[in-house]
Amino acid sequence: MNTLATPHNLAPGVLEGKPELLPTRDGFGKGLVEAAEANKNIVALCADLAESTRIHWFKEKFPDRYVEIGVAEQNLATVAAGMAAAGKIPFIASYAAFSPGRNYEQIRTTIALNNHPVKIVGSHAGVSVGPDGATHQMLEDIALMRALPRMTVLSPCDSTEARKATLAAAAYRGPVYIRLAREKTAIVTATDAPFEIGKASLVLEARDPEIGIIATGPLLYQALRAAVERQDDVAISVLNLSTIKPLDDRAILDLASRVKGIVTVEEHQIAGGMGSAVAECLAAHHPLPIEFVGMHDRFGESGEPDELIARFKLDAKGIGEAIDRLLKRT
Amino acid sequence: MASITEKQVQMIEEKAADIRETIIEMLVAAGSGHTAGPLGMADIFAAFYFHILKHDPKNPTWDERDRLILSNGHITPVRYAAMAHAGYFPLEEAMTLRKFGSRLQGHPEREKLPGVETTSGPLGSGLSQAAGMAYALRMDGKTNHVYALLSDGEQDAGNTWEGAMFAGKNRLHNLTAVIDRNNIQINGMTEDIMPLEPLREKYEAFSWHVLEVDGHNIEAFCDAVEEAKAIFEKPTVVIAHTIPGKGIKEIEFDYLWHGKPPKKDEAERFLKELRTLRGKIKSEHE
Repeated sequence: MNTLATPHNLAPGVLEGKPELLPTRDGFGKGLVEAAEANKNIVALCADLAESTRIHWFKEKFPDRYVEIGVAEQNLATVAAGMAAAGKIPFIASYAAFSPGRNYEQIRTTIALNNHPVKIVGSHAGVSVGPDGATHQMLEDIALMRALPRMTVLSPCDSTEARKATLAAAAYRGPVYIRLAREKTAIVTATDAPFEIGKASLVLEARDPEIGIIATGPLLYQALRAAVERQDDVAISVLNLSTIKPLDDRAILDLASRVKGIVTVEEHQIAGGMGSAVAECLAAHHPLPIEFVGMHDRFGESGEPDELIARFKLDAKGIGEAIDRLLKRT
Repeated sequence: MASITEKQVQMIEEKAADIRETIIEMLVAAGSGHTAGPLGMADIFAAFYFHILKHDPKNPTWDERDRLILSNGHITPVRYAAMAHAGYFPLEEAMTLRKFGSRLQGHPEREKLPGVETTSGPLGSGLSQAAGMAYALRMDGKTNHVYALLSDGEQDAGNTWEGAMFAGKNRLHNLTAVIDRNNIQINGMTEDIMPLEPLREKYEAFSWHVLEVDGHNIEAFCDAVEEAKAIFEKPTVVIAHTIPGKGIKEIEFDYLWHGKPPKKDEAERFLKELRTLRGKIKSEHE
């Protein structure tokens, strides 16, 4: 247990390396049913991946509000835009590689430009999709979605947060993208941890930090592991950036003002991803050395999720190496 | 049986002539934009805004209104002209088309101009949106009718057929599509670029009721739209055969007029021709 840093709102067992495991898509499935119980205007559409996106829990509970689209992601986005124009709040689910991967223009024109409250749920993001290989491991969705005016981009770190993000997205007026993962990953945040769109949370607070890690998605757990493993030689604070847009500038600058450098961690291309968003903020307001942990302009490949996370240096060890590089620069 | 009186037809023809003149004036003022498509659809837009649609120009977000989705946004001058003549906004504002600060964007934007049901321009996505609206309205037990106006060129797009499949599967009888079958697209004739025929059979195979009419015969078009409403098991598509540039001989059938506006001297000639045509409409009914 880290004696130098204070944990905030973490789930039991996380810092000890014994967390509970659940996929973020489960949190989405649960959250959607809850949101739909409260609001009858919520409808759900799926492009032939109901069970693997967990939208089938909604389908079982609200068959009359569930719409089958078939393997047609452009139709998924555009039918949803039409339903939103008629007063519905549509959640559209597929794999991120296909939605927003295949239907970007339809999302841009018919959802974002129209300003419709369609919630785009991209599951199976990142290399941790595993054996399916590069075609299904979406690594460019954050870049696509955060560049779109009016789009809000959420990237929950665990199943608990995914449930809250789904409820928040349902209540939010505009279009929202929610990024989910396939694999069971650590439940990092406590059940009662607060969640608000646009708010980052400091999950590990060092008293006198040298380095700040900003992580998004399930790799937050790897970032915490890296911080704990290095606690005897370097003081590290860890920020959970689960809303990538709008960016919580205040939380990022608050962390940056206390440290010598920042490590960003994401299961996404470095180009255009969360680290880029952080770099844009820091370059404008508080220039600071940054090390980017993510995919460096390459595709993934088949393998077990753990193997791939290690292969692409996205695990605690890889993050530790980024910390070392950063320390050399500061 | 005719769903429309001769007097109504005459009124709509007059409105179509007004709309054509306004289109030419708008395009000259804008200095860019599409000419052939808007002229070719003037009769159909006049029929919609002055006869078919349940709408209120003073209350464009009226809940009970029918929805007119324009999928091929590039012909929006005809929609703007029709809306102006119907009273959605003053005719002078039509002349701000494509200008900085105008609500009349080069391609229509829902967020800018009330009464534009969806933002469009990128082709192929209107049918699916219209189908989504029809589906949602039916879920709520509403009887508003949804009309989707499509170009023939955008029948090349996969998204169009995804929407056609969805509407057919769900038997969206509250949805009527109208295809502007003018046989031209930017690169040439549709049948040379990417053949669409047999278009009727394609839609029939997707479980649609298909009607074909002369898109410049207002009576026949209104009858077809009326028949579509009576079909309860299927969505209906009206394949409206139109002449691109209709009303101005120099422009008619010439695909080179697809994407350019008339020059000032050309416009003067065209307006004169349109006014002569209006004389002809009158004499035919007298």
